[in-house]
Amino acid sequence: MSSSFKIFDIAGSGMSAQSVRLNTVASNLANADSVSNDPNAVYRARHPVFQAVMGAEPGSATVNVAGITQSTAAPETRYDPGNPLADAQGNVYAPNVNVVEEMADMISASRSYQNNVEVLNTSRDLMLDTLKLGQ
Amino acid sequence: MRTSLDNYLGIHPQALQLEAKRNELLAANLANVDTPNYKARDIDFKSALAAAAGADPAGAPADDATLLKYRVPMQPALDGNTVDEQLEQSAFAENNVRYQATLTFLNSALKDLMTAITGS
Repeated sequence: MSSSFKIFDIAGSGMSAQSVRLNTVASNLANADSVSNDPNAVYRARHPVFQAVMGAEPGSATVNVAGITQSTAAPETRYDPGNPLADAQGNVYAPNVNVVEEMADMISASRSYQNNVEVLNTSRDLMLDTLKLGQ
Repeated sequence: MRTSLDNYLGIHPQALQLEAKRNELLAANLANVDTPNYKARDIDFKSALAAAAGADPAGAPADDATLLKYRVPMQPALDGNTVDEQLEQSAFAENNVRYQATLTFLNSALKDLMTAITGS
């Protein structure tokens, strides 16, 4: 029993990882219609990569965001000659953000975040009860 | 070396340590619910408690890696993750009740002791 406070690190790392995920979802949804005249410069959907970090004690793994990947799917070409950003062919390029996928991702991230908050609250209550032992 | 106080409190201090450790494991499983290739782990409480009861109270048998088991997943996930959120949540809730029960046992034992010492 090196430290019973490790549970706060674990749940805290889970919360911070899920909030990074929520941030990328927010960024993707906000930029879902940020069109560009260059298919290489258009916004691409971003997703975090989660990684488990094993602690010194076996079994206690925190979560780390190893990096943010950008989707390699081709951007959507839209024919919109009235758009001031349209190129010579009258095309604009829209981000490869799948809005439905992002919404599902958002719900999943928010549920996981709530789970970690629940773990944190319960553990805190238990530790406070333990402090009152014998009183 | 077991003191008479250790004997008086019985299995409960070891049980409390083990339950705290198990809470940590379940918290790690719940935190890694979306981590690719993460394998959920848990301890077999019965055998771990038996090992803790037989061991020296100063040791830390709860940390023994051999007592850690991998969870057998109910259904496979494409990303190799074996955390079943509902299962972990119910295990966490159950373990919390166990922790609180152990605390109650310890508390009443210590209260009895205080009554005996103060004689009131």
